[in-house]
Amino acid sequence: MSAVREPPERWRDIELEVNGERCALRVPEREHLADALRHRLGLTGTHLGCEHGVCGACTVRVDGDAVRSCLMLAVQAEGCRVETIEGASARDAVVQALQAAFVERNALQCGYCTPGFVLAAAELLGECAAPSREAIRVALSGNLCRCTGYQAIVDAVEQAARRLSNSEPPR
Amino acid sequence: MKPAPFRYERAHDLQHALELLAEHGDDALPLAGGQSLLPMLNLRLVRPAVVVDLNRIEGLGDIRTAASGGLAIGARVRHRLLATDPAVRAHAPLLAQAAPWIAHPAIRHRGTFGGSLALADPAAEWPACVLALEGTLVLASRARGERRVAAADFFRGLYDCDREPDELLVGCEVPARAADSRSAFAEVARRHGDYAAVGLAIVARGMPGRGAHVRVALLGAGDTPCVARAAATVLAEGGDIEAAARALVAEIEPRGDLWYSAQAKRHLAAHLLRDTWRTVRDA
Repeated sequence: MSAVREPPERWRDIELEVNGERCALRVPEREHLADALRHRLGLTGTHLGCEHGVCGACTVRVDGDAVRSCLMLAVQAEGCRVETIEGASARDAVVQALQAAFVERNALQCGYCTPGFVLAAAELLGECAAPSREAIRVALSGNLCRCTGYQAIVDAVEQAARRLSNSEPPR
Repeated sequence: MKPAPFRYERAHDLQHALELLAEHGDDALPLAGGQSLLPMLNLRLVRPAVVVDLNRIEGLGDIRTAASGGLAIGARVRHRLLATDPAVRAHAPLLAQAAPWIAHPAIRHRGTFGGSLALADPAAEWPACVLALEGTLVLASRARGERRVAAADFFRGLYDCDREPDELLVGCEVPARAADSRSAFAEVARRHGDYAAVGLAIVARGMPGRGAHVRVALLGAGDTPCVARAAATVLAEGGDIEAAARALVAEIEPRGDLWYSAQAKRHLAAHLLRDTWRTVRDA
């Protein structure tokens, strides 16, 4: 291999809020947010599937919006409020309802894609309390599942929506 | 799947960004929403020495009324805002119609209008929309100040546009909308949010055959987003939609890809023209 001239690794100190706690991190400038969350903070619920924005497994919330954490540098999150599946499942009733529905409807097998699906679906339910199956499919079109298939996932989101609007009691 | 090392520079204002680009030229890449640049960095398809982050520059993310009466859309306006902003719905509804077709919600939260225009991907939605709206791109550099380029002159080839390495696309202006202007957007993709096989934006005003103005622009139908003049002329002159569809099929030169042959793309483009024309005609 011919030597590629590249600059030396540069590190940067950043402060951000992760799952409600302020934290200070030292990260390589080229490190994406998903790697920083996983390797520096041990928040391994954020999964990396493709690392180029196709699979949705690394979805987290940044300042309230669902984003791909593989498509954002950690240094870009300086001063931001980041929430991962760990924080959301501890505090967010919509996320908890989705998790329960995913279990009940067998909407996961290996579970690798699930954190991304749950956060993407939570954003949908925040914008629309009773989405159609078509709307659910469109909202989740950026998340890939390679084992369960999407039928049960759509079922689970529908069930969580019904339960959250109190039209169906919890089992 | 990790970027090669680079120097990260966060521009604190526009002047700072232009200075960094002037200093580093070809070695620097501007980082807007990152929804195309980060995949390219992760896959090491690009290895810039310097990445200039534009995300903290005040004002680049605004939508304002332009001096011309149209809309001035900042380069860092995110796709999501174009889908929801009331001024966009009122003055450039085509953009609000096209926005939901772009990728997926998590991408639309980050991806930007200017980033997509400057990338000049012929399969992207915004380049075709600004062609249909006859927009004007606004570029800035430290050496030459501000420069304005008509959308029709901006897209030069595959991922190639009229932007020099020391320049930054700072925004795009779209003309004021005529009161009777109607628009529609549609595309065909294998899965919602995937790159479209082909897509079409149409803007029309006036009565066909009585001085109507129709503009049709396509994405995914060649190496650049393209304007379909012949088809638009047939429609503006009150011609039959099938005659316009034939004109469209004859005037575009799509490339076949893994899933769609050039012939299939022509067929789909004609279908999109029929579909969107029905929408604007009946609006």
